[in-house]
Amino acid sequence: MRLLARNLSAERSGETIFADLEFVIEAGGALIVTGPNGAGKSTLLRIIAGLLPPLSGSVRLEGGDRFPDLQSACHYLGHTNAMKPALSVQENLAFWQDFNGERRMNIDEALDTVGLEGIDHFPFGYLSTGQKRRVSIAKLLVSYRPVWLLDEPTAGLDKVSEDRFAGFMRGHLDEGGIIVAATHLPLGLDGAQELAMRGQG
Amino acid sequence: MSETTAQPLKLLDLANPARFLSLAGMLLPWLAGLSALVLAIGLTMSINAPDDYQQGMTVKIMFIHVPFAWLSMMCYTLMALAALGTLVWRHPLADVCAKAAAPIGAAFTALALITGSLWGKPMWGTWWVWDARLTSVFVLFLMYLGIIALSRALDDPAKSARAAAVLTLVGFVNIPIIKFSVDWWNTLHQPASVLRAGGSAIDPSLLWPLLVMALGFTLLFFTLHMMAMRNEIWRRRVIAMRRMAARKADQSEAQPA
Amino acid sequence: MNALFIRDFRLALRAGGGALVGILFFLAVITVVPFGVGPDLALLSRIGPAILWIGALLAALLGLDRLFQADREDGSLDLLVMAADRHMLSVTVLVKCLAHWTASVLPLVAAAPLLGLFMNMPPTAIGGTALTLLVGTPAITLIGAVGAALAVSLPRGGLLVSVIVLPLTVPVLIFGVSAAYGATAKGAPFLAPFLILAAITLFFAVIGPLAAAAALKLSTD
Repeated sequence: MRLLARNLSAERSGETIFADLEFVIEAGGALIVTGPNGAGKSTLLRIIAGLLPPLSGSVRLEGGDRFPDLQSACHYLGHTNAMKPALSVQENLAFWQDFNGERRMNIDEALDTVGLEGIDHFPFGYLSTGQKRRVSIAKLLVSYRPVWLLDEPTAGLDKVSEDRFAGFMRGHLDEGGIIVAATHLPLGLDGAQELAMRGQG
Repeated sequence: MSETTAQPLKLLDLANPARFLSLAGMLLPWLAGLSALVLAIGLTMSINAPDDYQQGMTVKIMFIHVPFAWLSMMCYTLMALAALGTLVWRHPLADVCAKAAAPIGAAFTALALITGSLWGKPMWGTWWVWDARLTSVFVLFLMYLGIIALSRALDDPAKSARAAAVLTLVGFVNIPIIKFSVDWWNTLHQPASVLRAGGSAIDPSLLWPLLVMALGFTLLFFTLHMMAMRNEIWRRRVIAMRRMAARKADQSEAQPA
Repeated sequence: MNALFIRDFRLALRAGGGALVGILFFLAVITVVPFGVGPDLALLSRIGPAILWIGALLAALLGLDRLFQADREDGSLDLLVMAADRHMLSVTVLVKCLAHWTASVLPLVAAAPLLGLFMNMPPTAIGGTALTLLVGTPAITLIGAVGAALAVSLPRGGLLVSVIVLPLTVPVLIFGVSAAYGATAKGAPFLAPFLILAAITLFFAVIGPLAAAAALKLSTD
C-alpha cells in the first residue's frame, strides 16, 4: 500500500497556494507537513481527504485492498472534534463507530487508551479542551482506517497526552498504516518524511 | 415566595439552598398531607353541593375549573415576583423558584383551559370561542411555554434565569388583562362573581365548596412547587458535581501514578 | 444509518428543545389568526384547514437551517461526506431529514387536531387536515433540505433557507389544502389531491436528498 501525490496544485480564491507537489508515502511511513499559517497545510489534508478538489494533479492510494478509494481509507481529524456537546462521550463515540464501521477497539478500551477511563457517561460539552481532543483521538481508534490525516492533532494536549499520542501513531505505523500530519509542534515521530510548505511569501 | 410567608424570619437564611432543602424536607410531608386532607374535604363538599337549576350537574366542573384558573394567575404572579427577586436582589433561590413554578403553572393553565372547554361544550355548544377571557388565558399558556423553552434553551442557568425573568416581567401585563377581560369586554364568559364589590353573587352552598377546593389546590400547588424547587436545586448540584468529576478525571491524568 | 437517525433524534430533543419551540411557534401562529380575521367561528371553521396548513408549513421551516449547519460547525459534516463510500451521501441526507421530521414536524401534526378544535373545525375536517399534514409535511422537510444544504456555509443562512424553500413548497400547500377541503366540502374530491400530495412527497424523497447531497459536496471547502 502506498499513497502517491502527483503534480498537486491548489488555489484559494484564485490565488495559488502550492503547485506541483509530489510525494510518495509507503506503508508504515509518515509525512509531517510543516510551515507557517496560511501555507496550505490544511488545504493539502482536505485535498487528500477528497473534501476539496485539487487545481491540478491527483492523489491516490495503491493497494488499499478492502478500501475502494482513498477517501474511504482515511480517518480525518480536523481542527474541530466532530462531537456533539449535548450527547455523552459514549453516545458520540458509539455513533462514529457505527457510522464509520470497520470496528476495531471497543469504546471503553479506546477511552482507557487515551487516558479517559470512567468519563464515558459525561456529556461531551462538560469536558475541557484537551479532554475533548483526546475523545476525538479515541474516535481514530474505535474504527479502522489505514490512512490517518491529522490536522494539528496535538492542539490543546498536555505533555503526557502528547507522548501517549505519539505512541498510538507509532503503533499505527508499525501495523503498516500511513499518517499525514499537519503541525508546527514536534510529534515525536522518528524517520518521518517532512514536507516544509513555504507559504505565500 | 411561598416559603417566606411560612417562616417570615428565615428570609435571609433561606438564601442558602442547604437551609431551604432542610426546611423543605421538614415541611413537605405536612404540606402534602394537609393538601390531601383539604382536597378530600373539598371534593366531598362539592359532590354534596346542590345542582344548579339552569346548568344541572355540569356546574360541578366549576369546583375544579375556577381554582385552576385562579392558580394559573397566582403562579404567574409568583413567578413575576421571583423574576423581580432575580433581577433586583439577585436572590439565589428566586431563579430556582421561577424555573420550578413555570411547568406547574403551565399544567394548571392547561387544566383550566381543558376543564373550561369541557364546561363550554354543554353550556355554549362549542369547545372553544375566541372571547377575551379564553384568548387571554390561552396567551398565558403560550407565555408559560415560552418561558419554559427559554429557561431551558441556555446551558448556563444564571444567564437563562435573567432572560426568563425579563420575559416573565414583560408578560405580566397579561395578568390584569385576564382578570378584567370579563368586565372590559362583553363576552360569553360570565363576569367575576366571587370577588367583587358589593359581596359575592354566588350562593353559599356553592361558595363554600369552591373556597375549600381553592384552598386545597393552593396547598397542592405549594407542595408541588416546593418539591420542584428541591429537584431543581438537586439537579444543579448533580450537574456541578458531574462537571467537577469530568475535570477531576483530567487532573488524575496529569499526574500519572 | 440507524445510529445517525438516533443521534439526530436525540439531539433534536436534548439541545434546547428545538421540537418544543416548533410547536410553540405553531400555536402562536394559530392564535394570532383570530385576532387578524376576527373571532367569527363560522369563518374560522371555513378557513381552518388552510390556516393549519400555513402554520404547519412555517413551523416546519423553522429549524431547517440548522439541519446541516450544526454538523458543519463541529466538523461532523466533513466526516459524513467522507463516508460517502459506505453510506451514499443522499441516503445520509434522507436519514437526517427523517430524523428531523420525526423530532420536529411530527409533533406539529400531532398538535394539529387540538388546534383544529380552537378553529371550531368539524371532526372530519380535523381528521382530513391531520392526515394531509402527515402525508404532506415530509415533502416540506425534504425540499427544505435542499435549501439548507445550499445555505450551509452562509453565516446567516436561516432566513435565506425560508426564502429559497417557500416558493418550492407551493404545490405541497395547494394539494394539501385542497385534499383537506375535499374531506369536508361536498362535491370537492378528496382522493385525487391526496394521492398527488403523496406523490409529491415520494418525488421529493428522491430528488431532495440527491440535490442536497450534491450541494453539500460543493460546500466542503
